[in-house]
Order: sequence, then structure tokens, then C-alpha cells
Amino acid sequence: MAEPVVRIENVTMRFGPQAPALRGVSCVVEGGITGLVGPDGAGKTTLIRLMTGLLLPDEGRLSVLGLDTRGDMAPVQAAIGYMPQRFGLYEDLSVAENLDLYADLRGLASSERAEVFERLLSFTDLRRFTGRLAGRLSGGMKQKLGLACALLTKPRLLLLDEPSVGVDPVSRRDLWAMVRELAGDGIGVLWSTAYLDEAEACDRVLLLNAGELLFSGPPADLTRQVDGRVFRLTGVGRGRRAVLAEVLGGRGIVDGVIQGEAIRLVVAEGAQERDAAITEARSRAGVGAEVRPTPPRFEDAFIDMLGGGPGGRSQLAEASPMRAAGGDEAVIEARGLTKRFGDFTAADDISFSIPRGQIFGLLGPNGAGKSTTFKMLCGLLKPTSGEGRVAGFDLRRESAEARNQLGYMAQKFSLYGDLSVDQNLAFFAGAYGLAGPRRRERIALMKEVFALSPQSGISAKDLPLGFKQRLALACAVMHDPAALFLDEPTSGVDPVTRREFWTHINGLVEKGVTVLVTTHFMDEAEYCDRIALIYRGRAIALGSPDALRASVACPERPDPTMEDAFIALIERSRLVEAA
Amino acid sequence: MWWTRLKALIVKELLALLRDPKARLILVGPPLVQLLVFSYAATLDVTNIDLVVLDRDAGAASRELVQRLEGAPDFRRVVPVESEAALAAAIDRQEAIAAISIGPTFSRDIAAGVPAKVQVILDGRRSNASQIVAGYISRIIQGLGAEIAVSGRAPPPVDVVARNWFNPNLIYQWFMVPNLVASIALLIGLIVTALSIARERELGTFDQLMVSPLRTHEILIGKVIPPMLVGTVHLTLYVLAAVVVFGVPLRGSIGLLYGSALFYLLSVAGLGLFISALAATQQQAILGAFLLLVPATLLSGFATPIENMPAWLQPVTIVNPLRYFLVIVRGVFLKDLPVAEVVAQTLPLALIAAAALMSAAWLFRRRLE
Repeated sequence: MAEPVVRIENVTMRFGPQAPALRGVSCVVEGGITGLVGPDGAGKTTLIRLMTGLLLPDEGRLSVLGLDTRGDMAPVQAAIGYMPQRFGLYEDLSVAENLDLYADLRGLASSERAEVFERLLSFTDLRRFTGRLAGRLSGGMKQKLGLACALLTKPRLLLLDEPSVGVDPVSRRDLWAMVRELAGDGIGVLWSTAYLDEAEACDRVLLLNAGELLFSGPPADLTRQVDGRVFRLTGVGRGRRAVLAEVLGGRGIVDGVIQGEAIRLVVAEGAQERDAAITEARSRAGVGAEVRPTPPRFEDAFIDMLGGGPGGRSQLAEASPMRAAGGDEAVIEARGLTKRFGDFTAADDISFSIPRGQIFGLLGPNGAGKSTTFKMLCGLLKPTSGEGRVAGFDLRRESAEARNQLGYMAQKFSLYGDLSVDQNLAFFAGAYGLAGPRRRERIALMKEVFALSPQSGISAKDLPLGFKQRLALACAVMHDPAALFLDEPTSGVDPVTRREFWTHINGLVEKGVTVLVTTHFMDEAEYCDRIALIYRGRAIALGSPDALRASVACPERPDPTMEDAFIALIERSRLVEAA
Repeated sequence: MWWTRLKALIVKELLALLRDPKARLILVGPPLVQLLVFSYAATLDVTNIDLVVLDRDAGAASRELVQRLEGAPDFRRVVPVESEAALAAAIDRQEAIAAISIGPTFSRDIAAGVPAKVQVILDGRRSNASQIVAGYISRIIQGLGAEIAVSGRAPPPVDVVARNWFNPNLIYQWFMVPNLVASIALLIGLIVTALSIARERELGTFDQLMVSPLRTHEILIGKVIPPMLVGTVHLTLYVLAAVVVFGVPLRGSIGLLYGSALFYLLSVAGLGLFISALAATQQQAILGAFLLLVPATLLSGFATPIENMPAWLQPVTIVNPLRYFLVIVRGVFLKDLPVAEVVAQTLPLALIAAAALMSAAWLFRRRLE
């Protein structure tokens, strides 16, 4: 067999005194698409940079295209296309100027340029935008341009570092199709991602976690490990969150997540164990519940490999008081919310209401207006017209009262990095007006629930990602808010931490807290009671995940995924608009 | 309730400042450098002067003059030259800042009671220094002339006796260090405030702050007080350094100094907040702060009197808080400035503070639209 594109032997890499970024990693990368999969901080970027020769390993060796990276890498680097996480596009140059610049840097002969540009522009479908400044492209288009720049001289190895971050499902699919085409041409592609569902589509997968290689091989090999152990529990309806929490506590249950109205379960190995677990789950779910086997996914196997999910108990929810069912009034309400920036309408007449104790999801491609809508509803943006209400308070006229009722957690965990855990908690307690015994009580509770006490003196920026997430949630719920606003709360977080997070959210929702969440993760959308799909400033679809999926079901696709539904609904809206 | 929120914000701001190594560097580095550079190195005094003398007289009077020049403390070297050409060359090559040419009849003229002439040639390329050197030289020559007149038969001329009030020995640091008290508070107050909101914007914590029940005015107050506290600490350290290290007399009321400093720091923080509301990143904030800092220092009377500036430029200084506080600091240090004068200088500071804070608040709200 031919020499693999990349051979990695026992590579260890350390930065500073922390745990090594990579520990004894050995694997090979061959032709086709290799997925480099793992949560943030797993060591993906380090491994990619080692392959480019930009970093040299502390221990072990790498050979790329047959050459050791410790030797002269210049000939190899010419044959590598590398697209870093933030590709170095010059935002003040147009698409065409960026291509020209990279052609110069790559030494592409001017006689070949016209043909190469033509091929890449039609390949990436950017020809219509050659005059546009790169800074004004959408996230997906930027990634395509970055890819085009990396492909200027035909590489033998293409390294893509999280090309799908910040890219909506439609663009993600385009990007994926482009890379698939390249791999067909015999280029070795390494695609790194934190999305486990992308792993399934790869030819081979390298699964990294905390610097260690957990798995290397075709994704189906890993998925096979949970064959016959994955089930869907249906017919649980509204009570599914409480049922999930109970079921996860049962014996023999490895993992469980909510999928629309259903619950997805992974059970332990062994026929006896399995049958016992299923019987127990069915009895907990009550009358009318059904358990059916379902094809396993990569993520199921990943969680199984890590020894299972975090369990279903949320101490936070247990310690929270039950919120009285104060009538039928909506807790979060959007009434004709409209926002115009100049002559651009970012959000156009968006209305919905979220009753107490529900999770409502805002989904949509980048720049479609979901952030604008979200920001108007938590008081960060003033609507041009229409109004938003939280817990019955008008955000414009009674903003302070409304804000006292809402907790907010953003994508990047807006914590004060230089402040310690205790100082962050103290600040947010104070900012929400907690004083005296109540303040002490709440802070103590948060530290206990989220196991933050051992870390209390550490600066927030030095916490491991999972603890940052816990601290951010602690700060957001410290004042026991009626409504929780979550802006892409788990992007880049590993699946175990994500499950832990949702366990808390589910528990709080059971206690009557109302949640508005924006997300890019389709499986996160499954946790929602209802979803509004925002596209070009308008809510083009509104309904439960199951209803949205059902609305796009057709004979050739009887059981569409959330992502299928997302894409189909957007395409449908495009057609309507074009007509 | 509001006090709980505000206190939390102020404590957080101070902690963020003190726990961030980069912010700590800003608090310690520039003040120390400024104190050392301005009080020791960037002196406006002219010392260590090199001089050439072409003495074509070589009489008693000319020798007396040369000896007096050599004896003056500010002159380092007095080098005799033999020809006009050598004299010109010394100036050309900047080996001397001034040259004195004594004519052949100098001693004879003095003995005869006829007005004697000495030519002084100065290096106009260093205009400021050479003006000062010209002053030194003419004082020495006048002194010589006066003594000769007294010893001779001529009637005694008018004897000018100069006394420098407030700073009898014209010690440079007595002038400079009080200025630094004002300028350091400007530097620190401006940078710390300008960075505060920009840092939160950059780190994404700003939205978190805006969704909390903290009201806009509470956020603004919470952002203004910590830099004022930091500014007060720096101001105090500089006042102590002035008195203890440099021995500058503190003749006026320290209470008046701190009373007016309150308004001064408020106006500085207001300007900083204005920059912060405009800037999207910390880099922009720093740039904005320096864009304000440099002209504010030059147009304040810090080194050059405002009265010397062209008439069209002078009105610009009206909005410069440093201008008013400099008058107060210098006055309080060297001459026990009366209350009425302190108040007269503090009023404009209060107006600037009010205007800056209101426009910062307006800009701040507008950016939320």
C-alpha cells in the first residue's frame, strides 16, 4: 500500500505547565475526507498546525507527503492547502483582489490565473460577488472564499480547521459538497469539526478528546459499537423532560437526549441489561409509551465510549422553587417586532409568544435576523416598531423591571476573565440587587450545585471550558429569573458538557422557567417545544420540531432530520419569494 | 437596591483593573516614566554650555571678562580661538552654542571711559537655548560693566536687582512637578475610562451588563467612579513625591486642591467615557485617548504659556480641563492661591464635566439603538 498522506507517530505537544495539548497520538491520514473530530480544546488545531510544519512536536514525529516535518518543509508546504479557523482574508479587499493577492503569494503564474479563477469562482458560486469587499460577505461566503484561496495551487493535502463554524446549515451543505468533490479528485482532505454529525459523513474519523486519540477509522466502525443499543421512546409528549430526568437515573441507561416529542436512549451492553433498562424506561414513561430501536449515530457511540452522559439530576432545578402558574399570560412575547437599519430590514413584523415553562428556539441562517430578534427581546436593541414583553413588563417602558426577570447567557460565556469565580459570582449577585442573607444563600447554592467551590479563587479565563459554562449559567440564574435567554449557549462545547447544561435547563423548565434559545446545533433545536425559523428578517415557519419535520416529509424522505427540515423550509421560502 | 448594584459594579471595575496584568502595567509604567523623564531629563534649563572666545584684545578687562565667563556655573567649557575662521567653524560644527568676539580696543575703550563693544554670536538653529544663553552672557557682561562704572569716575548707573518670587532660585522641578500632578491624572483617568467600556465590548461582557437591571446612568456612574479613585491615588502619590522627593513647597490649602481635583477628575472621566462610547475596540480607545491627550497637553500652558499662542488658537483651550487645573495646582503649590481664584478655575471644570458626561450618556444610549 502507498505511503499515507500524513503519518503521525507518538506525538506529544505541550504548551506551558498545563496538561499536554496532545498526548501520544499516533495515526495516519489517507486520501478522501478525514474528519478530525472533538470538542474545543481537544487538540485539533494543534494537530493541524503540526501537519503544516508551523509547529514541531515535543516528542514523536510526523511525516507529511513522505517528508519529516523536522526537515525542510518548503517543498511540502507548497503542496499543502491550509485554511485556518480565521482565514486571513483581507476584509477591505474585494473577493477578486483577495484571490489576486493569494495568487501572488502562492506564486501562481499570471498565464494560468484566468482559468484557475474561473474554475474556483464557479466552483464556489462566488462569481456574482467578485467586486464585493470580503468583510461584507456572510460567514458561509467567507469560508468559501477562504477555501478558494487555499485551492489556488492545486494541493495534495487540504487542511481545513473548523470550516463550518459560524456557517448555517445551508452553506454548510454547500461547503461539504465542494470538499467532497475535491476528495474525489484524489486530494487528501482533513476537515476538523466540533459537530459530531459531520463526522458521520467522513470517510475516516480521528476522534480527539482532551489531547488523546480515542478512535481512528471509518465512522461506521465506531457507530457499530452501539448497534442494537439505541432506542426511541415515543408517546411521552409534554412530560418528556421529567421522564428523561427519571429515565437517566435508571440502571443500564448510558445516554439520553430529547428529540422533539421523543426521547433517544442508549442502553448498556448485554441483552439482559438492555431488556431490563428498556422495561424500566417504558414503565417510567407511563401508559402509551413505546420503545423502538433506531439507527445509531456517531454521537451515541462517542458518549458510550466516554462512559455515558452526566445523568439526569439537576441540583439546580431541585433547589429552585416551583413557579406559580400565574394564569395563561405569556412570559416572553414578541408583538410585531421590526428593526430597520437604514433601508435594510433586519427583522420584519415578528410575533410569537412563549407560555410559562416552555423552550422556544430561534433558528435561521447567519444574518437572517435571529440575533436581531433575540436582542430586541432581551432589551439590547430598541425595535423600530412593535414591542417585546418579558414577564408582563414592556421592555421599553419598564426595562429595569423586565431585566430583573431575565437571565442571559451568551455564546462566549460573557464572564469577567480576570475576575475569580467568587468575584464573578459576587458581581452578578450585586448587579441583580441581591444583598444580605439572600445573597450569601444564592452564592453558596450556585457554588454547591455547580461544584465551583474548589475553583473559587481561579480567574474565570483560566477555567476549563466546562467550568466556564457552569459559571456562566450560575451567573445567569443566580437571581432566579422567570425567563432565560440563551444565545448559542453550547457552541464549541463537548457533548457531555452540553448534556449537563441541558439537564439543568430542562430541570428549570420543569419548574416553570421559560427559555428562549438561539442555536446552530440541530440537535439542540430538538430540545425546544416550539421553533421559529427566521429567514430574511421574517419568521417563515413556526411550530414544534416534530411539526416542522412533518411539514417537509415526502415519499422519498419520510423521516427528515431537523437539518433537512431547515433546508427544505428555506428553499420553499426562496421559491415563494421568487414566484 | 441601587446602591447594591452600583457597589457591585464599582468593585468589579476596580478588581478587573487590578487583576489584569496589562492594566496593572498601565497603572504603574507610564506614571513612573513620566515622573522620571519630566522631572529629571526633559529640563528646560540650559546648562553645560560650551563657548568659544576670540580675544583680540588680551587686556586686563578682556581677561576679566573671560574669567567671569569661565567661573559661571552654567558654562562647561570656555575655549579660546585664534581666528574668525576658527570661531565660525566651532559654531558650524555645533561645538559651541555661542561665541564671543572681543575687539582689539576693548580694554583701551574701558580705560578711556568710551563705550566698549563685545560681539556675541549665537547658534540660531537652537533658538530657544541660544536665547537663554544670550541672557546669561549679557548678565555677566552687564555685571562687569557695572563694577567698572562704580570703581571708575562715572556716575553710578541704575542697578537692576532681580528677585524671583515664589521660586527664588528658579528651581526647574518646582515648576515641573506640580504640572505633572495635573497631567498624570489626565493620562491615567483618560486611559482607564476609555478602556473600560471598550474592553467589555471586546470581550462580549457588555451585553451581559446591558441585560442586567443596572440602569444606564448606574452603569455610567459605575464606570466613572473607579477611574476617579485611581486618578486620586496617582494625584496623591505625585503630590507626595513633589513635597518629599523634590521639596516643592506646598503653600496653599490641600483641601482646595482635592476639592477642585474632584471636578477635574470628573471632567477627565467624562471625556474618557465619551471616547469609550465611540470606540469599538480597546485599540481604538487607546488611540482616541492619545488623540486627545497630546493636544490637551500642548494647549494647556503645561510648557508654553497660552498667551503666547496665536489668537485664533487660544479659544480652543477653553474646553481643555488641564488648562484650569494647572492654574490651580501651580497656585496651590507655590503661592497659596486664594479660594475665589480656585473657584473661578473650578467652575469651568464643572461645566466641562457636565457637558462631557451628558454627551457620553447620549452617545452611549444612541449606540443601543
